[in-house]
Amino acid sequence: MKAAAFAYARATSVVNALELLGTHGDKAKVLSGGQSLMPAMNLRLTSPELIVDIGELAELRGIAVTGSIVRIGALTRHVDVLKSPEIAANAPLLTEAIAHVAHPAVRNRGTIGGNLAHADPASELPACMVALNATIVVRGQAGERRVAAEEFFKGIYATDLSAQELLVGVELPVASTNSSYFFHEFARRQGDYAIAGLAAQAIVEKDIFTKLRLVFFAVGDRPLLARAATKLINVSLTPEVLAAAMIVLGEELDPQDDHQASASMRRHLAKVLLARGASALLCRPDLNAGGRA
Amino acid sequence: MTIASANPEILSELDRPNSYIGKTVPRPNLERLMQGRGLYVSDMELPRMGHLVFLRSPHAHARIADIDTVAAKQLPGVIAVVTGKELAPVITPWVGVLSHLKGLKSAAQHAIAIDRVCWQGEAVAAIVATSRAVAEDAAEIVRVEYEELEAVTDMRTALDPATPVIHPSLGDNLAFERNLDAGEVDTAFAGSDEVVEADFIFGRHTGVTLEPRSVLADWNAAEARLTIYQGTQAPHMVQNIAALHLGLGESQVRVVCKDVGGSFGIKVHIYADEMATYALSKLLRRPIKFVADRVESFNTDIHARDHRCWGRIGVGRDGIITAFEIDDLTGIGPYSMYPRTSAIEANQVVNLVGGPYVTRNYRARARVVFQNKNVMCQYRAVGHPIACSVTEGLVDLAAAKIGMDPVEIRRRNLIADNAYPCASPSGLRFELLSHHAAMNKLMTMMDYDALRAEQAELRARKVHRGIGIASFIEVTNPSAAFYGVGGARISSQDGVAVRLDAQGSVICQTSITEQGQGSESLTAQIVGSVLGVSMERVRIILGDTDNTPYGGGTWASRGAGIGGEAALQAAKILRRNILDVAAAILQSSPNELDLAGNAIVNASDGSPRMELRELARIAYFRPDTLPPGIQPELMATRHFVPREYPFAFTNGVQASWLEVDTDTGFVKLLRHWVVEDCGTMINPQLVDEQIRGGVVQGLGAALLEKCIYDERGQLTNANMADYLVPMSGEMPDIDVGHVVSPTSETELGAKGAGEAGTAGAAAAVANAVNDALRPFGAVITEIPLTPRVILTALGRI
Repeated sequence: MKAAAFAYARATSVVNALELLGTHGDKAKVLSGGQSLMPAMNLRLTSPELIVDIGELAELRGIAVTGSIVRIGALTRHVDVLKSPEIAANAPLLTEAIAHVAHPAVRNRGTIGGNLAHADPASELPACMVALNATIVVRGQAGERRVAAEEFFKGIYATDLSAQELLVGVELPVASTNSSYFFHEFARRQGDYAIAGLAAQAIVEKDIFTKLRLVFFAVGDRPLLARAATKLINVSLTPEVLAAAMIVLGEELDPQDDHQASASMRRHLAKVLLARGASALLCRPDLNAGGRA
Repeated sequence: MTIASANPEILSELDRPNSYIGKTVPRPNLERLMQGRGLYVSDMELPRMGHLVFLRSPHAHARIADIDTVAAKQLPGVIAVVTGKELAPVITPWVGVLSHLKGLKSAAQHAIAIDRVCWQGEAVAAIVATSRAVAEDAAEIVRVEYEELEAVTDMRTALDPATPVIHPSLGDNLAFERNLDAGEVDTAFAGSDEVVEADFIFGRHTGVTLEPRSVLADWNAAEARLTIYQGTQAPHMVQNIAALHLGLGESQVRVVCKDVGGSFGIKVHIYADEMATYALSKLLRRPIKFVADRVESFNTDIHARDHRCWGRIGVGRDGIITAFEIDDLTGIGPYSMYPRTSAIEANQVVNLVGGPYVTRNYRARARVVFQNKNVMCQYRAVGHPIACSVTEGLVDLAAAKIGMDPVEIRRRNLIADNAYPCASPSGLRFELLSHHAAMNKLMTMMDYDALRAEQAELRARKVHRGIGIASFIEVTNPSAAFYGVGGARISSQDGVAVRLDAQGSVICQTSITEQGQGSESLTAQIVGSVLGVSMERVRIILGDTDNTPYGGGTWASRGAGIGGEAALQAAKILRRNILDVAAAILQSSPNELDLAGNAIVNASDGSPRMELRELARIAYFRPDTLPPGIQPELMATRHFVPREYPFAFTNGVQASWLEVDTDTGFVKLLRHWVVEDCGTMINPQLVDEQIRGGVVQGLGAALLEKCIYDERGQLTNANMADYLVPMSGEMPDIDVGHVVSPTSETELGAKGAGEAGTAGAAAAVANAVNDALRPFGAVITEIPLTPRVILTALGRI
C-alpha cells in the first residue's frame, strides 16, 4: 500500500500553481489537505505524475465577512470552519454539517476546497453549498470565473472544474435573520459517509415556508436540490401535503445501490428526512409521527 | 459506569498483606508503549533486509497458465521474483487436519499457489525488493495468465452434485461433519406444549487487529539457523511448524515475539504467506520482512462465523425447556487452516448449544464445507457467539410463544448453582458454574423491573426500546484435549522460570505471550505477591523460544489460568529456597520467616530481618560465609497443565438495552451489562477491560461487521471505509460485574476471561432488537442487524 513514484512541486503562488496545472493538465493533481488524495494514491487507485502542493498559499486560507457575503478560502481547514464564529453567525448550517465530516484527525487536515473539488456525492459540504446558494470561485490562467454551486457539481467525483483550474474559494450569502436551517444525515457510524442526508435552508413566516431549499445528498450522483420543496412552500402543511411532496421526491430521486443501502431504502430514508426536516423547521412534531406500530 | 469488584474475602493465602492478587495496578509495559518505545516487527530493520510483497490472485478460482516475471526482475531495486513452483523445493506443503476431529479432510496447501488459486487473495508470486514501494511497482508488471474456473461461493449449494468439487482428490466439498444425539429428542419434542424453530444467519467477519500480521525471517547460513521475528500468540508452535516444513530441527529455529498490536486469535495460525517468508529467507540467504497491508489483511487474515444454523426448541407451558435441536452449516474457504483446523468452530457450536440449561435432550448436526473464499478459522470466542445466539434466540422465541418473561424462563432452566459438578448433553464437564448468582447480580445492576416499566412507558410514546438477555458458558484453560490429542504439536502446558538477581530483584521468564491483554502484568503480580517483592522489581521476559520455558502461548483464554498457575508454583519454590537460605543466615527456621516488602521478615509480626538484596549479595558473592553444605538455588522453574478437567468452563450473562428507530432501521445502543465468573481475578481492571473489549467485538458482529462477497467470490469491502468495525462513538457504557467461583484445579483458582464478552454480546443485542420490535410482529434472526435488515423485516422497504 505504497504510492507509485510521483514528481512533487510546492506552488509558491496561485499563478505558479496555475502554470504547473496548465503545463501538466490531468497528469497533475492538486494536493490540499490530502485526506482523499493520499489514501487513493496509496491504494494506487490514482497515480498522478505530478503533485502540485498548494499548502503554502496563505492567500487561499481564511474566512472573511464583507457586507452580505461570507468568503471561505479553499485552503481553510474543516476544523477552522467548524470553530469559526463568523460561520456560526452567518452560515450556521455549515457549522452543524461540518461536524459530520469524518473525524477530528481528518477535519484537522482536510480543506473545504479539497472537499468540494473532490465532489464525493456522499459528502456533506457540496450539499450545504447548494442549500446555501453558494458561489464557487475558480481561477484559471485566463482569469477568475464564478459558478453557482448548483451548476458546479456534475456527477460522482465530477465538477465544472477543468484540469487547468484551481478552486480558490467559496462565497456564501449571509443568512438572513429570519432564516432557519436543518441538517441531518443517516450514517452507520459517526463520521462515516452518509447513506442519505439532507441540508436545508428555509424562511418560515407564520408557520408557513416562504422559501425552502432542500438539498439531499448520498442519494444520487450529486447533491439534489429537490423540486419537492415547491410543494411545501406557501401552503399550510398537513400530512396530506407532506405525502404529496414525498411522492414528488420519490420521483425525482435516482439513488444508487451499494453495500449500505438499496435504491429503495435510500428513497425511503430521503422521505423520512423530508418529514423530519419539515417537522423540525416548522416546530411541528405532529408531522413526524415517529415509529408507527 | 459502575464496576462491581471481586469479593476479596474469597481469596486464600494469596491475599497476603502486600499481595497484588485481586488488585488493580498499572501494567508494567504501559509506560514503554505509551512513550512509543514498543518494538513491533515493522519497526525492525536488519542489514541486507529485503521487503516482500505478494502478488495475489484477483480470481476466486483459476488455473495458473503462465507467470512472466522477466520484466519485474529487471526493475531497479528488485532482489527476486519467486513463484510457487520455484519456492516448492524449499518448503513442503501441509494439510490442516487433526485426528480427533474424525473424518476431517483437507487438501495440501502450498506457501505460494503453484497450479491453481482457490481464493481471491491467494499469493501467486513473491516479489522481494529494497523497499515495499519498489516491490509494489514490480508486482504491477508481473504478468499472470489465468484460466478462470467456476467458483464455489454459496455454502448452501456447496454439496450439490451440480457444484464443482474444489479438490477433486477429496471426492466432495464436505470437509467435516459431526452428529450428536443425546437424550430422547423426538419424544421430548412430541411431548412439548410448543415447538419453535428459526434459521439463524451469521455474517462472515474477521478480527481486524490494529497491527497487521508481520514477520521478519532471518536465515543465518553460517549458523544454519533461522530467526523468526513475528507477532504471534504461539512462538513454540511457529518454531515447530517452520522447522518441520523447512526440513530443519527445532533447535535450528528461534522465534522471537516482541510487541504485538492485538491478535484476537488472528495471529495463532500458520499462514501461507508467513511460511513463504521463512522459505524465502532460506532461499535468498538474507533477512526478509513481510508486513501485510490493510487490504491483504482483509483478504488473507482468517475470517470466522460464516454460519447458517437452523434450530428448534421445545418448551412446556410451565417454561421448562424440553429439547434443543440444531443443524449448522458453515463454509470455511478452500482449505482447513493449519495446524488448528477449520472444523473447531462448528465443533464448538455442537458442543455449546444449550450449554447453560438443564435439558438432557439435544440433537445436533454440523457440516463444514469448502468454498472459494478466504479461509475461516478460530477467532476470539470460537463458536461461542454462534452457539449463544442460537440458544438464546431460541429461548427468547420460546418465551414469547408461551408469554413468559425472558428472565423467568431462564431462571426455570439454568443449571442450579448447587448442581455441580455435572456435564452437558454433549459431554462437557462443568466443575462449578454460577448461572443463577450471575443472573441475580445482573438484575440488580440493571434494575430490570424499572427498565421494563420505562420500556412500556416509552412504547406508548412510540419510542421502541428493547431489553435482551443472553446467558453463556465459555471454554477456558484448555488441556491437551483441544489440539494435542489430535496430533498437533501445540503445547497445552506452560512454564515459568523465576530467579532472584544479585540485587534482590526478580527476573521471570514465561512461555505465555503478550498481545495487549496484560500477560506481563498478571505474571508480575503473581510473582511479586508470592515473593513479597514490589512489582517494579519484577522483570518479565516472554516471547522468545531461546529464552523462555516451552509452552503454548496465549490463546483460548489460557494465559492467566495456566501460565499464571505455573508462575505461582515457580515463585513458591523460589520463595522456599530463599527462606532456606535466609534461615541459614539468620539462624532461624524457614517457618518462622516470611517475605514482604522486598525483605525477609518475621512470620509472626512482620518485623524486618534482612533486605532481599542483602540475601542475594551473600548468596552470590559471599557463599563462603554460609554454613557448610548450603548451596543456594535462587532460580526455580515450574510447568503446569490442567489434568482433571479438559476445560475450565466459565459462565456469565449479558444484557443489552437499546432503541430501534423503526422509520430508519438504525439501532442505538444505550447500555450493556455483563456479569461473568472467571474465578479468581488477578487484576480486576484487566479482567473488566478484557470483557469490555470482547463485548465491543461482539457488538461489531451484531450490528456492523461483515465480509461481503459477491457471487463470483470477490470480497467487495476489503477496506476500513466499507468494512465497519465498531468505534467508540456508537459504543454504550458497558457495566461489568463478577461472581467469583475459583477453580479448585489450581491453587490460583483463575479461569479465563478473554472471550466471555464476545461470546454473548451479539445474542443480547439480537434479543433486544427483537424485544423492541415485538409490537410490530417482526422477528429477525440474522446478524449483522443492519438498517437494511431491520427495515426489510418491518416491511418499510
